Amino acid sequence: MKNTFIARNPSVLWFLAGLAIFTILVTVMSEATGLGLISTSFLKTLGKTLCLCLVAIAMDVVWGYCGILSLGHFAFFGIGGYAIGMWLMYARTEGIVLTSLEANALPPTVTEITDAVGGQIFGVVGSSEFPMIWAFSHSLPLQLLAVVLVPGLLALVFGWLAFRSRVTGVYLSILTQAMTLALSLYFFQNDTGLRGNNGLSGLQNIPGLEDQSQAVVSLWFFWASAIALALGYVLFAYVVSGKFGSVIRAIRDNEARVRFLGYHVEHYKLFVFTLTAMVAGVAGALYYPQAGIINPAEIAPIASIYLAVWVAIGGRGRLYGAVIGAALVSLLSSWFTGGSAPDINLGFYVIKWTDWWLVLLGLSFVLVTLFFPKGIGGIFDALAKKTPPDREGDFGPDKGAWRNEEGEPS
Amino acid sequence: MLRLLLACLSLCMVLVFGQPAQAQTLQDVLQNNVEAVAKPSRRTVDDVIAALVASSATGIPDFLEGWREKEIWQRDADGVFFRAVEDGDGLILTDLDTAEVTTVADDDGFTQSKPNAGVRRVISSALVQFLLSDPDITRRQSALDAIGRDPSGDQLAPLRASLEGEPDADILARKQQLERQLTAQFDEDPAARIAAINDLSGDVSVEVRGVISQVLATRQFVAVDVPEGTNLARILEVGEDLSADDAYQQLVEADLAPATVSLDDVVATLTAQISDGQVAGVDVSTLDTDAARIAAYETLVASGDAPAIVLPDERAAALSAHTFYLAYTEDNADITAAAEEAQSAIAGYLGAGQTIDLTMDALSLASIYFLAAIGLAITFGVMGVINMAHGEFIMMGAYTGYVVQQVVPNYTLSIIIALPVAFAVTFAAGVAMERLVIRHLYHRPLETLLATFGIAIVLQQLAKNIFGTQARPLTSPDWLAGAWVVNDVIQISYIRIAIFVLALLFLGLILFILKRTRLGLEVRAVTQNPGMAASMGINPDRINMLTFGLGSGIAGIAGVAIGLYAKVTSEMGADYIVQSFMTVVVGGVGNVWGTLAGASLIGFTQKGIEFFNPSNTLAAQTYMILFVILFIQFRPKGIVALKGRAAGD
Repeated sequence: MKNTFIARNPSVLWFLAGLAIFTILVTVMSEATGLGLISTSFLKTLGKTLCLCLVAIAMDVVWGYCGILSLGHFAFFGIGGYAIGMWLMYARTEGIVLTSLEANALPPTVTEITDAVGGQIFGVVGSSEFPMIWAFSHSLPLQLLAVVLVPGLLALVFGWLAFRSRVTGVYLSILTQAMTLALSLYFFQNDTGLRGNNGLSGLQNIPGLEDQSQAVVSLWFFWASAIALALGYVLFAYVVSGKFGSVIRAIRDNEARVRFLGYHVEHYKLFVFTLTAMVAGVAGALYYPQAGIINPAEIAPIASIYLAVWVAIGGRGRLYGAVIGAALVSLLSSWFTGGSAPDINLGFYVIKWTDWWLVLLGLSFVLVTLFFPKGIGGIFDALAKKTPPDREGDFGPDKGAWRNEEGEPS
Repeated sequence: MLRLLLACLSLCMVLVFGQPAQAQTLQDVLQNNVEAVAKPSRRTVDDVIAALVASSATGIPDFLEGWREKEIWQRDADGVFFRAVEDGDGLILTDLDTAEVTTVADDDGFTQSKPNAGVRRVISSALVQFLLSDPDITRRQSALDAIGRDPSGDQLAPLRASLEGEPDADILARKQQLERQLTAQFDEDPAARIAAINDLSGDVSVEVRGVISQVLATRQFVAVDVPEGTNLARILEVGEDLSADDAYQQLVEADLAPATVSLDDVVATLTAQISDGQVAGVDVSTLDTDAARIAAYETLVASGDAPAIVLPDERAAALSAHTFYLAYTEDNADITAAAEEAQSAIAGYLGAGQTIDLTMDALSLASIYFLAAIGLAITFGVMGVINMAHGEFIMMGAYTGYVVQQVVPNYTLSIIIALPVAFAVTFAAGVAMERLVIRHLYHRPLETLLATFGIAIVLQQLAKNIFGTQARPLTSPDWLAGAWVVNDVIQISYIRIAIFVLALLFLGLILFILKRTRLGLEVRAVTQNPGMAASMGINPDRINMLTFGLGSGIAGIAGVAIGLYAKVTSEMGADYIVQSFMTVVVGGVGNVWGTLAGASLIGFTQKGIEFFNPSNTLAAQTYMILFVILFIQFRPKGIVALKGRAAGD
């Protein structure tokens, strides 16, 4: 028992227990079970927050553990949402179209149905043809596969190109940001076939579940999100523990040294990049049916940067830190921007939080980066009296004029 | 019988030639056409105008102008026409012949002649020929404008007549231009037209291109064989030039083939014949494929209840039996040949012009990217840190320009003040940021990126809180307002030229600072090897601070320049930040020439992609970014790679 995975990572059990208690509490208090202490819309917010926590864990693994500051993981999240959204939209529109075609004297042919569905979906962008990209939208299993495969393949190709040419550090961040921008611009175009800036809408109506109320459907999605988060947590805790975890942390700390030890650094990075992208896709596929709408603005570069902000505030290099950061910042953000936070009257000026929340977030983010690089997760370290070894070496001959013996650079 | 004929003839002679003997006044002419003047219509107006032209009476342009403006009134008592302006209830009457002014208190007893829009257009074009020789230069100008808008053959003779004695050189040139164009289109003599067309070849203006394509206008015909004497433009291939469906539709319209029955018709016919859930003996519920529907329809055809479907091979046979061709509406083949030649010559000039225009566009885009990116390149190159707030410094510069314009109303002066003020403001902001934040993060470049991003959100939101979300204008002075027009193809706005000049100035200035000053020497030393530079007595902290301030200050100036042609919003910085990074990464870090190369590459590539797909600038940007990502594969360190700290890791 001493050397099992759980024994070495007690935090996994703590996390799972906490998540289970949280899920049960929310279930009991939800409208679907009758108590109604939590409104359906807040239940959806909680479910969405769990999905954001999942993508934050993925981001933490790729950045906090492997040292790749990817500014593209929210794009993978969005692609997952688009993949499931295409099926949701197709299936629901087909249902509506079939009902309306029943009014015709002759039973509809297959092409008539396809044309009518296409007209319904693509009418907003002045088209009725089904683009190639929708070829599998009629099939739920194929689109579910796409949720995982499309982000995975994209990450694989992009990562292979980037890592093999040894693009690292800020260069890589900028490159991933460029990829995200390219993707969002691509989705913004009307002739891409994804309805341009209208995005996909009506995703909260799940085909086949029309007779269930939104309260029940939301609860199911909440459970699904909780299970996905639990599975994702265990998966990543497993990935970052053991020898593999040691290697990717070593890559973060000194890539060249790991390479000289004979490890294929590119393969490790590529694996982590691709795996986290796939998990991000799954998180997106669970998020957007709860949000009800997805449009290209969701995958703009800024969203991916916010993802990094959550992880940084929560604490990099620890999975629970990412969860705390994502949950705290996204819930606070919706509280402040939703207008429910009380205004502060300074006498000469009234601080409206809808205007000043971003200023507060930005400032606290700068302060966290400067003074608490471990983020909120660092508090747990302090509680556990855990002092990590000081891995920061001296500045090195090429890093600055000052050597360690001379003290901090002033 | 003969006597009767002679009498008739002499009567006609009297009618036709009798009247010009006595000098006709304008009023006389109008009285001869009283009905057509009082109640003008498209049918009668031409006769009135012809009569007016023939009469050579004085005051015709004034009358036509008044008529067009609905200022011609008729006195009911004697039917005399006046030009009149309403004055309360009454009228101010001007006699058409003597220009004598009288006033009546009440417009009862007068009827207004109200030409409709179509008639007024005819009047306007008739007016043109009278105005061409008018002593008033603005009237001549407006007449020429009218011809340019709506050229017609009857303007040719008056235009030619007015060429002689035209005192104004500009108007004479314009008249000659129009004369060539009208000759090319409307002259009776084919040789004259060909000569005029040859004269026009090489002129790329929209007007001339319109004239040539007017001469080359074609119509589509279908026949078994192309008839003799057709001025054939070309034969159309079914399937290539026009779709089989369209071609067959044309055959049907020309009554050369029976009409097809479309699938919609099949459905309509079947629906109409449903009885007891059955149609043509088939259960309705089985008709859920096109094949089943056609089969059921064939049954109806067999029983004579529906028109037959044209079978595909019948269709193909009908199509191959006929020739589809385009014929010129102009019958004279020589003229169209000359016009074709002129068109291809113009296309050549046009292509060259477009290339030049595109190059200038690309240059101006490149200079914008250069201005936006050069500050970033300096800080990134010297310090190895990424400043995500660089875009927000651009925005700060633009807002500084806006604020200066609120204080200093003179646009020229305010721009001159705004440039150094914007530099000072963003220089101070940059130095403050370096001192407060970046200094502490030198060895954590990824965290610098994030911390500066935090600052970017703060600055952006602050700008939103202070200036609101709507765009603020940064107005350029009048002398920068227009565009430099070479011809209809090549034109570039002065503002873009100014930005280009500004970019050149900054290129020179930065090169001077880096290569010719003490500061530049120290900056280059720190860029190449900070440790060694420090050993030589250079204080890297001071250099870092100054470089960061310099880079930010240039961003502020770029902000003023960008704000002049784009709107100033709190999000404008974010629009440029990724492009600026691309420029720096592609060009190679920490090198002015590298940034210049990167900006040119990105500017030219983006314009090039836009040229091939002009309708979709989003696509151009997408492909541009993909191109950059691929480019990095082959030159990871950019076009101009640098050795030293920036290149080290």
